Amino acid sequence: MGKQVLLIEDEPNIIEAIRFILTRDGWAVSSHSDGANAVAVVQERRPDLVILDVMLPNRSGFDILADLRADPALADLPVMMLTARGQARDRAQAEQAGVSRFMTKPFANAEILAAVRELAGPSEGANAAREPDQP
Amino acid sequence: MGGRIRARRADLGVTQAALAAEVGISAPYLNLIEHERRRIGGRLLVALARALKVEPSALTEGAEAGLVAELGAALNGTSLDAGAERGGRVDIELEAARAADFAARFPGWAELVATQHRRIRSLEQAIEALSDRLTHDPRLAAALHEVLSTVTAIRSTASILAETGDLDRDWLDRFHRNLNEDGARLAASAQALVAYLDGEGAGPEGAAAAGAASPQEAFEAWLEARGGFLAEAEPGAESLPDPQLPDEGEARVLAESHLAQARRDALAMPLADMLSLVEAGAEPGEMARRFGVSLVAVFRRLVGLPGNPGGYGLVICDAAGAITFRRPPEGFQMPRLGAACPLWPLFQALSRPMQPWSGVIEQASRLPHRFRAWTLAEPAAAGAGDPGAAPVFVAAMLLRPARGDETAAAAPVGTTCRVCPRPTCAARREASVLPG
Repeated sequence: MGKQVLLIEDEPNIIEAIRFILTRDGWAVSSHSDGANAVAVVQERRPDLVILDVMLPNRSGFDILADLRADPALADLPVMMLTARGQARDRAQAEQAGVSRFMTKPFANAEILAAVRELAGPSEGANAAREPDQP
Repeated sequence: MGGRIRARRADLGVTQAALAAEVGISAPYLNLIEHERRRIGGRLLVALARALKVEPSALTEGAEAGLVAELGAALNGTSLDAGAERGGRVDIELEAARAADFAARFPGWAELVATQHRRIRSLEQAIEALSDRLTHDPRLAAALHEVLSTVTAIRSTASILAETGDLDRDWLDRFHRNLNEDGARLAASAQALVAYLDGEGAGPEGAAAAGAASPQEAFEAWLEARGGFLAEAEPGAESLPDPQLPDEGEARVLAESHLAQARRDALAMPLADMLSLVEAGAEPGEMARRFGVSLVAVFRRLVGLPGNPGGYGLVICDAAGAITFRRPPEGFQMPRLGAACPLWPLFQALSRPMQPWSGVIEQASRLPHRFRAWTLAEPAAAGAGDPGAAPVFVAAMLLRPARGDETAAAAPVGTTCRVCPRPTCAARREASVLPG
């Protein structure tokens, strides 16, 4: 079993593409789409890395990140944020909230992969990279 | 020039003899100057100005006072930054002190500087409005987010299809289906975005392109071109074609609502009666009682009479102090942009809702002007009459130049802090650009 990535994102087709790319690289990918209880889901699943969209239903990614950082057990958790707005203000806000990496949509698949590897170290399952499960 | 010296001397209550002695000339000579029989300049002009506690320029050409104020504002604004960028150093105080001199010596150039300054401020305002819209318009933000989300999904999916050689059939089908869905979504959201942007051509930026900074300015220009009087609004003028309204959407709405209001006012206050009342010097309060209308309706009717026989002006603001209607009387200076002087009785009326007030005010400038003012704050027509609804007040201030016999102590007011020469003022919110 590879390291676990939790993808918090509400666009099903983006979830599917990222899940495919990361799974092929040996990561175990789970996803969650609701901002309201995203913090609880992270606390429960304890992933090695979180990919967090800024614009989520019910709660902003910035608020979720702030809560994650406020939890001592999650203070060092690598969090990569995705935003559809690359404005300096969003970036500054994310950095202030303690983001590990900031990525602007649309992104290249290779960028996501490289960022995930850099943030969480190579996947333990990298040697055993496998086909994703059937859709 | 002589008339200004005489008027200023009278304001200060100084005799001809005393003033002549102070500047070292004979009283008969001063009398000649005051009656325009002798032209003066140079040292004597400066001495007279000092004795009368005004800038020399205030005694020369009256029209220059506003121009000098605008030059001061221009100096403090964009032109200064541009000079600094080119490595030029501008000594604000030094240049401000020269503004009057500049306006006197090169009136055409000075007018050009002031006009360009106004234009720059207008354009800056249009840009700010656009930028605000881009940043804060939730519909635009949602449309852009939708486009970017869909593009992200398409890009990611397409690159999986292009770069993964051994995709099995199920995944292949799945990604093709996703691409197709997202392509349709993108087409729809791009069309929505284009429709939104196309629809905005009539907004402030459209007006800016047409030479006005805001719909309100376009409306004011439209009204000004008619001298403030809308013949089409008078009863019996039904045969006249409707007036040519401004093209821009917002300005057109303002003009239509003004026209509708003017029609109601014209019906309630017949033209002939109003003209004879104005000629008889009737007070606005009398007119309101006579026609059974609100004082503010009288204000509106007075500034909208053909030829404006009373020389009236009207300023209306909302409860936030934002000026929503401006037709200043001759000589009354109003800031084109930004907040006005908080001492205007217009704003004080907001703290005395429903209580009419009248008095004399003196607006500070190189040569102070006195005006008779009437004010009233009353609930805005929109929303009035709904039980339980908190009233939203608007204030109106009617103005005309003070008559010679209106000698009551005048309340001091300014134009706006930036061009106000009053050295001490409890209401000052920012420093003046005028030389102290």
